[in-house]
Amino acid sequence: MASETNLSAMNERVAVSSAMPSDYYELLKPRVMQLVVFTAIAGLMLAPGPLHPVLSIIAILCIAIGAGASGALNMWYDADIDAAMSRTAKRPIPGGRVSRDEALAFGLVLSFFSVIVLGLVINWLSAGLLAFTIFFYAVIYSMWLKRATPQNIVVGGAAGAIPPVIGWAAVTGSVSLESIVLFAIIFMWTPPHFWALALFKAGDYERVNVPMLPNVVGNRATQNQILAYSILLAPIGVLPFLMGFGGFAYGVVSGALGLAFIYHAWKCWQMDSKDERMVPAKKLFGFSILYLFALFGTLIIEAATPAIASAFVG
Amino acid sequence: MSSEQVHEDNAEEKRRKAQRARNIAIALSLAAFVVILYVATWAKLGANVLNRPL
Repeated sequence: MASETNLSAMNERVAVSSAMPSDYYELLKPRVMQLVVFTAIAGLMLAPGPLHPVLSIIAILCIAIGAGASGALNMWYDADIDAAMSRTAKRPIPGGRVSRDEALAFGLVLSFFSVIVLGLVINWLSAGLLAFTIFFYAVIYSMWLKRATPQNIVVGGAAGAIPPVIGWAAVTGSVSLESIVLFAIIFMWTPPHFWALALFKAGDYERVNVPMLPNVVGNRATQNQILAYSILLAPIGVLPFLMGFGGFAYGVVSGALGLAFIYHAWKCWQMDSKDERMVPAKKLFGFSILYLFALFGTLIIEAATPAIASAFVG
Repeated sequence: MSSEQVHEDNAEEKRRKAQRARNIAIALSLAAFVVILYVATWAKLGANVLNRPL
Protein backbone atom coordinates (compact mmCIF):
# COMPACT_ATOMS: atom_id res chain seq x y z
CA MET A 1 0.00 0.00 0.00
CA ALA A 2 1.35 3.44 -0.87
CA SER A 3 2.38 5.71 1.94
CA GLU A 4 1.20 9.21 2.81
CA THR A 5 4.37 10.56 1.14
CA ASN A 6 3.28 9.06 -2.17
CA LEU A 7 -0.15 10.63 -1.80
CA SER A 8 1.26 14.09 -1.14
CA ALA A 9 3.60 13.59 -4.10
CA MET A 10 0.51 12.93 -6.27
CA ASN A 11 -0.88 16.28 -5.11
CA GLU A 12 2.39 18.14 -5.72
CA ARG A 13 2.91 16.74 -9.19
CA VAL A 14 -0.21 18.57 -10.38
CA ALA A 15 0.34 21.79 -8.40
CA VAL A 16 -0.26 23.74 -11.62
CA SER A 17 -2.99 21.75 -13.22
CA SER A 18 -2.89 20.69 -16.83
CA ALA A 19 -6.00 18.54 -16.43
CA MET A 20 -8.39 18.58 -19.37
CA PRO A 21 -12.18 18.33 -18.94
CA SER A 22 -11.87 14.74 -20.22
CA ASP A 23 -9.78 13.89 -17.13
CA TYR A 24 -12.63 15.05 -14.91
CA TYR A 25 -15.07 13.10 -17.04
CA GLU A 26 -12.89 10.02 -16.50
CA LEU A 27 -13.20 10.54 -12.73
CA LEU A 28 -16.92 9.83 -13.13
CA LYS A 29 -16.19 6.23 -14.22
CA PRO A 30 -18.23 6.58 -17.43
CA ARG A 31 -18.48 2.83 -18.05
CA VAL A 32 -20.00 2.21 -14.63
CA MET A 33 -22.23 5.23 -15.23
CA GLN A 34 -23.57 3.61 -18.42
CA LEU A 35 -24.79 0.63 -16.42
CA VAL A 36 -26.31 2.90 -13.77
CA VAL A 37 -28.13 4.97 -16.39
CA PHE A 38 -29.35 1.88 -18.19
CA THR A 39 -30.78 0.21 -15.07
CA ALA A 40 -32.24 3.48 -13.75
CA ILE A 41 -34.05 4.01 -17.08
CA ALA A 42 -35.49 0.50 -16.73
CA GLY A 43 -36.82 1.29 -13.24
CA LEU A 44 -38.23 4.58 -14.43
CA MET A 45 -39.95 3.11 -17.49
CA LEU A 46 -41.39 0.06 -15.75
CA ALA A 47 -42.86 2.05 -12.87
CA PRO A 48 -46.62 2.56 -13.14
CA GLY A 49 -47.75 6.13 -13.63
CA PRO A 50 -46.72 9.08 -15.73
CA LEU A 51 -43.66 11.26 -15.38
CA HIS A 52 -43.14 14.25 -17.66
CA PRO A 53 -40.49 13.31 -20.28
CA VAL A 54 -38.40 16.37 -19.39
CA LEU A 55 -38.50 15.46 -15.70
CA SER A 56 -37.59 11.86 -16.58
CA ILE A 57 -34.49 13.08 -18.43
CA ILE A 58 -33.53 15.31 -15.49
CA ALA A 59 -34.03 12.41 -13.07
CA ILE A 60 -31.75 10.16 -15.15
CA LEU A 61 -29.18 12.95 -15.43
CA CYS A 62 -29.16 13.43 -11.65
CA ILE A 63 -28.81 9.68 -11.04
CA ALA A 64 -25.96 9.50 -13.59
CA ILE A 65 -24.12 12.48 -12.06
CA GLY A 66 -24.66 11.17 -8.51
CA ALA A 67 -23.23 7.79 -9.56
CA GLY A 68 -20.33 9.56 -11.27
CA ALA A 69 -19.69 11.63 -8.15
CA SER A 70 -19.42 8.47 -6.06
CA GLY A 71 -16.92 7.19 -8.66
CA ALA A 72 -14.84 10.36 -8.21
CA LEU A 73 -14.92 9.95 -4.43
CA ASN A 74 -13.87 6.32 -4.86
CA MET A 75 -10.91 7.38 -7.02
CA TRP A 76 -10.00 10.04 -4.46
CA TYR A 77 -9.88 7.49 -1.65
CA ASP A 78 -8.34 4.63 -3.62
CA ALA A 79 -5.61 6.68 -5.38
CA ASP A 80 -2.86 4.80 -3.51
CA ILE A 81 -3.98 1.34 -4.58
CA ASP A 82 -5.03 2.50 -8.07
CA ALA A 83 -1.42 3.56 -8.68
CA ALA A 84 -0.19 0.04 -7.98
CA MET A 85 -2.73 -1.88 -10.09
CA SER A 86 -2.27 -2.36 -13.85
CA ARG A 87 -6.00 -1.92 -14.53
CA THR A 88 -6.20 1.45 -12.76
CA ALA A 89 -2.67 2.93 -12.90
CA LYS A 90 -3.58 5.32 -15.73
CA ARG A 91 -6.57 6.86 -13.95
CA PRO A 92 -6.43 10.68 -13.63
CA ILE A 93 -5.03 10.79 -10.07
CA PRO A 94 -2.30 8.12 -10.28
CA GLY A 95 -1.59 9.41 -13.81
CA GLY A 96 -0.71 12.77 -12.23
CA ARG A 97 -3.30 14.77 -14.19
CA VAL A 98 -5.71 15.55 -11.34
CA SER A 99 -4.81 16.01 -7.67
CA ARG A 100 -6.59 14.11 -4.91
CA ASP A 101 -7.97 17.33 -3.45
CA GLU A 102 -9.44 18.32 -6.81
CA ALA A 103 -11.07 14.91 -7.19
CA LEU A 104 -12.51 15.14 -3.67
CA ALA A 105 -13.95 18.63 -4.29
CA PHE A 106 -15.31 17.53 -7.67
CA GLY A 107 -17.01 14.47 -6.14
CA LEU A 108 -18.51 16.40 -3.22
CA VAL A 109 -19.86 19.24 -5.36
CA LEU A 110 -21.45 16.87 -7.88
CA SER A 111 -22.91 14.72 -5.06
CA PHE A 112 -24.49 17.78 -3.46
CA PHE A 113 -26.01 19.18 -6.65
CA SER A 114 -27.26 15.85 -8.02
CA VAL A 115 -29.10 15.06 -4.76
CA ILE A 116 -30.52 18.57 -4.26
CA VAL A 117 -31.76 18.91 -7.86
CA LEU A 118 -33.32 15.42 -7.80
CA GLY A 119 -35.07 16.30 -4.53
CA LEU A 120 -36.34 19.68 -5.70
CA VAL A 121 -37.39 18.61 -9.18
CA ILE A 122 -38.60 15.02 -8.64
CA ASN A 123 -39.14 13.92 -5.03
CA TRP A 124 -37.18 13.56 -1.81
CA LEU A 125 -37.48 9.76 -1.59
CA SER A 126 -35.50 9.31 -4.81
CA ALA A 127 -33.06 12.03 -3.69
CA GLY A 128 -32.61 10.28 -0.34
CA LEU A 129 -31.97 6.96 -2.10
CA LEU A 130 -29.39 8.64 -4.35
CA ALA A 131 -27.66 10.22 -1.34
CA PHE A 132 -27.66 6.83 0.38
CA THR A 133 -26.16 5.19 -2.73
CA ILE A 134 -23.33 7.76 -2.89
CA PHE A 135 -22.65 7.37 0.84
CA PHE A 136 -22.78 3.58 0.64
CA TYR A 137 -20.35 3.39 -2.31
CA ALA A 138 -17.92 6.07 -1.14
CA VAL A 139 -17.90 5.41 2.60
CA ILE A 140 -19.23 1.93 3.38
CA TYR A 141 -17.67 0.20 0.35
CA SER A 142 -14.59 2.26 -0.62
CA MET A 143 -13.42 3.39 2.82
CA TRP A 144 -14.44 0.41 4.88
CA LEU A 145 -15.43 -2.89 3.27
CA LYS A 146 -13.08 -2.92 0.28
CA ARG A 147 -9.93 -3.22 2.38
CA ALA A 148 -11.51 -5.08 5.29
CA THR A 149 -13.34 -8.19 4.09
CA PRO A 150 -13.43 -10.60 1.12
CA GLN A 151 -17.22 -10.11 1.16
CA ASN A 152 -16.57 -6.47 0.12
CA ILE A 153 -18.27 -6.65 -3.25
CA VAL A 154 -21.19 -8.74 -1.96
CA VAL A 155 -22.29 -5.99 0.44
CA GLY A 156 -20.88 -3.16 -1.68
CA GLY A 157 -22.88 -4.47 -4.64
CA ALA A 158 -25.95 -2.93 -3.03
CA ALA A 159 -24.76 0.50 -4.15
CA GLY A 160 -24.69 -0.57 -7.79
CA ALA A 161 -28.08 -2.27 -7.45
CA ILE A 162 -30.06 0.73 -6.17
CA PRO A 163 -30.35 2.83 -9.41
CA PRO A 164 -33.48 1.02 -10.74
CA VAL A 165 -35.08 1.53 -7.31
CA ILE A 166 -34.29 5.27 -7.59
CA GLY A 167 -35.79 5.34 -11.09
CA TRP A 168 -38.94 3.60 -9.81
CA ALA A 169 -39.16 5.92 -6.79
CA ALA A 170 -38.83 8.96 -9.07
CA VAL A 171 -42.08 8.00 -10.79
CA THR A 172 -44.13 6.50 -7.95
CA GLY A 173 -42.67 8.17 -4.86
CA SER A 174 -42.42 4.70 -3.27
CA VAL A 175 -40.35 1.52 -3.18
CA SER A 176 -42.27 -1.56 -4.29
CA LEU A 177 -41.66 -5.29 -4.60
CA GLU A 178 -41.05 -4.93 -8.34
CA SER A 179 -38.23 -2.44 -7.83
CA ILE A 180 -36.75 -4.67 -5.12
CA VAL A 181 -36.69 -7.55 -7.65
CA LEU A 182 -34.73 -5.32 -10.07
CA PHE A 183 -32.40 -4.53 -7.16
CA ALA A 184 -32.03 -8.25 -6.39
CA ILE A 185 -31.05 -9.08 -9.98
CA ILE A 186 -28.10 -6.64 -9.93
CA PHE A 187 -27.23 -7.53 -6.33
CA MET A 188 -26.94 -11.26 -7.12
CA TRP A 189 -25.18 -10.54 -10.43
CA THR A 190 -22.38 -8.50 -8.82
CA PRO A 191 -20.46 -11.29 -6.99
CA PRO A 192 -20.01 -13.67 -9.95
CA HIS A 193 -19.22 -10.68 -12.20
CA PHE A 194 -16.51 -9.25 -9.94
CA TRP A 195 -15.12 -12.56 -8.69
CA ALA A 196 -14.61 -13.68 -12.31
CA LEU A 197 -12.54 -10.49 -12.76
CA ALA A 198 -10.79 -11.05 -9.43
CA LEU A 199 -9.76 -14.56 -10.54
CA PHE A 200 -7.70 -13.31 -13.47
CA LYS A 201 -6.61 -10.07 -11.74
CA ALA A 202 -5.79 -11.71 -8.39
CA GLY A 203 -2.15 -10.62 -8.61
CA ASP A 204 -3.17 -6.96 -8.81
CA TYR A 205 -5.36 -7.15 -5.73
CA GLU A 206 -2.77 -9.19 -3.82
CA ARG A 207 -0.11 -6.53 -4.49
CA VAL A 208 -2.21 -3.77 -2.92
CA ASN A 209 -3.53 -5.91 -0.04
CA VAL A 210 -7.17 -5.71 -1.09
CA PRO A 211 -8.76 -8.89 0.30
CA MET A 212 -10.62 -10.08 -2.79
CA LEU A 213 -12.04 -13.58 -2.41
CA PRO A 214 -9.42 -15.45 -4.51
CA ASN A 215 -6.54 -13.95 -2.47
CA VAL A 216 -8.17 -14.86 0.84
CA VAL A 217 -9.86 -18.24 0.34
CA GLY A 218 -8.19 -19.34 -2.91
CA ASN A 219 -9.36 -19.85 -6.47
CA ARG A 220 -11.22 -23.12 -5.86
CA ALA A 221 -13.48 -21.69 -3.12
CA THR A 222 -14.08 -18.60 -5.32
CA GLN A 223 -15.08 -20.81 -8.25
CA ASN A 224 -17.55 -22.61 -5.94
CA GLN A 225 -19.04 -19.30 -4.82
CA ILE A 226 -19.32 -18.05 -8.41
CA LEU A 227 -21.26 -21.17 -9.39
CA ALA A 228 -23.55 -20.91 -6.32
CA TYR A 229 -24.37 -17.25 -6.95
CA SER A 230 -24.96 -17.94 -10.66
CA ILE A 231 -27.43 -20.74 -9.86
CA LEU A 232 -29.28 -18.34 -7.54
CA LEU A 233 -29.13 -15.47 -10.05
CA ALA A 234 -30.72 -17.31 -13.01
CA PRO A 235 -34.20 -17.80 -11.41
CA ILE A 236 -34.16 -14.31 -9.86
CA GLY A 237 -33.50 -12.97 -13.36
CA VAL A 238 -36.76 -14.56 -14.55
CA LEU A 239 -38.84 -13.11 -11.67
CA PRO A 240 -39.98 -9.96 -13.56
CA PHE A 241 -41.65 -12.27 -16.11
CA LEU A 242 -43.17 -14.51 -13.44
CA MET A 243 -44.45 -11.48 -11.53
CA GLY A 244 -45.99 -10.01 -14.67
CA PHE A 245 -44.02 -6.81 -15.12
CA GLY A 246 -41.68 -8.36 -17.67
CA GLY A 247 -43.30 -9.59 -20.92
CA PHE A 248 -42.97 -12.80 -22.92
CA ALA A 249 -39.82 -11.60 -24.72
CA TYR A 250 -38.23 -10.88 -21.37
CA GLY A 251 -39.21 -14.35 -20.12
CA VAL A 252 -37.47 -15.97 -23.10
CA VAL A 253 -34.37 -13.75 -22.95
CA SER A 254 -33.92 -14.01 -19.17
CA GLY A 255 -34.52 -17.77 -19.17
CA ALA A 256 -32.08 -18.47 -22.02
CA LEU A 257 -29.38 -16.10 -20.78
CA GLY A 258 -29.82 -17.38 -17.21
CA LEU A 259 -29.03 -20.89 -18.42
CA ALA A 260 -26.09 -19.54 -20.44
CA PHE A 261 -24.85 -17.75 -17.31
CA ILE A 262 -24.91 -21.02 -15.36
CA TYR A 263 -23.12 -22.74 -18.27
CA HIS A 264 -20.31 -20.13 -18.20
CA ALA A 265 -20.12 -20.37 -14.39
CA TRP A 266 -19.94 -24.16 -14.75
CA LYS A 267 -17.08 -23.90 -17.25
CA CYS A 268 -15.37 -21.51 -14.84
CA TRP A 269 -15.94 -24.01 -12.01
CA GLN A 270 -14.39 -26.79 -14.10
CA MET A 271 -11.32 -24.66 -14.80
CA ASP A 272 -8.12 -25.82 -13.12
CA SER A 273 -7.68 -23.45 -10.19
CA LYS A 274 -3.98 -23.14 -11.09
CA ASP A 275 -4.79 -22.24 -14.70
CA GLU A 276 -2.80 -19.12 -15.58
CA ARG A 277 -4.72 -17.99 -18.67
CA MET A 278 -8.13 -18.20 -16.95
CA VAL A 279 -10.01 -18.16 -20.25
CA PRO A 280 -13.34 -19.45 -18.78
CA ALA A 281 -13.22 -16.74 -16.07
CA LYS A 282 -12.60 -14.06 -18.72
CA LYS A 283 -15.48 -15.43 -20.81
CA LEU A 284 -17.78 -15.41 -17.76
CA PHE A 285 -16.78 -11.82 -16.98
CA GLY A 286 -17.56 -10.70 -20.54
CA PHE A 287 -20.81 -12.66 -20.67
CA SER A 288 -21.98 -11.26 -17.33
CA ILE A 289 -21.91 -7.72 -18.78
CA LEU A 290 -23.89 -8.86 -21.82
CA TYR A 291 -26.37 -10.65 -19.50
CA LEU A 292 -27.24 -7.59 -17.46
CA PHE A 293 -27.47 -5.28 -20.48
CA ALA A 294 -29.68 -7.78 -22.32
CA LEU A 295 -32.07 -8.25 -19.38
CA PHE A 296 -32.55 -4.56 -18.66
CA GLY A 297 -32.47 -3.71 -22.38
CA THR A 298 -35.35 -6.13 -23.01
CA LEU A 299 -37.33 -4.65 -20.13
CA ILE A 300 -36.78 -1.15 -21.55
CA ILE A 301 -37.79 -2.18 -25.07
CA GLU A 302 -40.93 -3.93 -23.80
CA ALA A 303 -41.89 -0.91 -21.71
CA ALA A 304 -41.26 1.48 -24.61
CA THR A 305 -43.01 -0.59 -27.30
CA PRO A 306 -46.65 0.47 -26.52
CA ALA A 307 -45.64 4.16 -26.52
CA ILE A 308 -43.73 3.79 -29.80
CA ALA A 309 -46.59 1.82 -31.37
CA SER A 310 -49.22 4.39 -30.35
CA ALA A 311 -47.00 7.19 -31.67
CA PHE A 312 -46.98 5.54 -35.11
CA VAL A 313 -50.64 4.49 -35.10
CA GLY A 314 -51.67 7.84 -33.68
CA MET B 1 16.80 29.94 -26.61
CA SER B 2 17.86 26.92 -24.58
CA SER B 3 16.06 23.60 -24.95
CA GLU B 4 15.08 23.86 -21.29
CA GLN B 5 13.31 27.15 -21.93
CA VAL B 6 11.54 25.71 -25.00
CA HIS B 7 10.36 22.82 -22.87
CA GLU B 8 9.12 25.22 -20.17
CA ASP B 9 7.29 27.34 -22.75
CA ASN B 10 5.60 24.28 -24.20
CA ALA B 11 4.52 23.16 -20.74
CA GLU B 12 3.14 26.63 -20.00
CA GLU B 13 1.28 26.65 -23.32
CA LYS B 14 -0.18 23.24 -22.51
CA ARG B 15 -1.31 24.42 -19.08
CA ARG B 16 -2.96 27.51 -20.58
CA LYS B 17 -4.81 25.41 -23.14
CA ALA B 18 -5.98 23.05 -20.39
CA GLN B 19 -7.11 25.95 -18.23
CA ARG B 20 -9.06 27.47 -21.13
CA ALA B 21 -10.70 24.10 -21.86
CA ARG B 22 -11.65 23.76 -18.17
CA ASN B 23 -13.08 27.28 -18.12
CA ILE B 24 -15.23 26.52 -21.16
CA ALA B 25 -16.40 23.25 -19.58
CA ILE B 26 -17.38 25.05 -16.36
CA ALA B 27 -19.22 27.76 -18.32
CA LEU B 28 -21.12 25.15 -20.32
CA SER B 29 -21.96 23.21 -17.15
CA LEU B 30 -23.31 26.33 -15.46
CA ALA B 31 -25.35 27.22 -18.55
CA ALA B 32 -26.72 23.66 -18.65
CA PHE B 33 -27.60 23.89 -14.95
CA VAL B 34 -29.57 27.11 -15.54
CA VAL B 35 -31.38 25.59 -18.53
CA ILE B 36 -32.22 22.46 -16.53
CA LEU B 37 -33.79 24.45 -13.70
CA TYR B 38 -35.65 26.68 -16.18
CA VAL B 39 -37.05 23.75 -18.15
CA ALA B 40 -37.85 21.80 -14.97
CA THR B 41 -39.83 24.73 -13.63
CA TRP B 42 -41.92 24.90 -16.81
CA ALA B 43 -42.39 21.11 -16.89
CA LYS B 44 -43.55 21.00 -13.26
CA LEU B 45 -45.67 24.13 -13.15
CA GLY B 46 -46.56 24.80 -16.79
CA ALA B 47 -48.72 27.90 -17.16
CA ASN B 48 -49.25 27.90 -13.38
CA VAL B 49 -45.81 29.45 -13.09
CA LEU B 50 -47.60 32.79 -13.67
CA ASN B 51 -50.50 31.96 -11.36
CA ARG B 52 -49.58 33.54 -8.05
CA PRO B 53 -51.16 35.96 -5.63
CA LEU B 54 -50.17 39.55 -6.27
